[in-house]
Amino acid sequence: MVQYMGARLDDSFAALSDATRRGVLAQLGCADASITDLADKFRMTLTGMKKHVGVLERAGLVTTEKVGRVRTCKLGPRRLEEEVMWIERYRQLWDARFDELDQVVEELKRKERVNERRKK
Amino acid sequence: MNEGRSSQASHVKNRTSVERRSDRELVVTRTINASPHIVFEAWIKAELFQRWWVPKSLGLELLSCELDVRVGGAYRLVFRHPAAPEPMAFHGRYLEVTPPSRLVWTNEEAGSAGQVTTVTFEERAGQTQLVMHDLYPSKEALDEAISSGSTNWNDETFNQLDELLVGLGANDVDSVAARSS
Repeated sequence: MVQYMGARLDDSFAALSDATRRGVLAQLGCADASITDLADKFRMTLTGMKKHVGVLERAGLVTTEKVGRVRTCKLGPRRLEEEVMWIERYRQLWDARFDELDQVVEELKRKERVNERRKK
Repeated sequence: MNEGRSSQASHVKNRTSVERRSDRELVVTRTINASPHIVFEAWIKAELFQRWWVPKSLGLELLSCELDVRVGGAYRLVFRHPAAPEPMAFHGRYLEVTPPSRLVWTNEEAGSAGQVTTVTFEERAGQTQLVMHDLYPSKEALDEAISSGSTNWNDETFNQLDELLVGLGANDVDSVAARSS
């Protein structure tokens, strides 16, 4: 459990950078679907949707199973929450810190400009 | 409305990025709108550092902040969290101090994974590209830091994020459907 989390973080991040793939995850969160269903839903070719599902599958966010001629997609087990949540939470912490750093830095810049004017 | 929300999301996403660069490395990147000598000052002067290192949204109270920024010098930060009975101390030593471009320090508090933090300040067109690089002693140490959520992340926070991501996903479905119809 602990071991695979880290190794797949980057894959998860890349997989989620695309709006269609996030949409597919939201869709699969409601119900399992075949690749054909998903292609219809997102008005996309079968080949295009296969690529998106492939990326999600490699990131472990989605699993697929072929029964007869139909490949059914479902959400991977809790990957989304555990991996992406952690990195997103960490990013939010740093984003909040840096927002406050921006304010400190703006103040320092103002002081520096005042000092330079005085020198001239 | 959808457009507004998604551009807001991408705006936020572009500001601070976090990447696991290898089994043992975690990298945080952000551009700050000031030259490196100014940004560097905000990392080495305790009175400035303590104004931004503990964002208000964390709900932590900073009790003390001592930074002896020179090679071999020590730093010590003490926090209090409303839910914790005892204050928490974070401390370590500076291994490298190169104004205004590079800082390296250790993380030695109890419970720390023992990672070494390197911050570089690189000038880019009058701004500073800030890269914070954490090198963990082993893959297991970083995995453990990730799985234990080393900074008191609780279920409530995870639920909020869950809602946020589900909201973003649902929004994408709407906008894709709207565009294609």
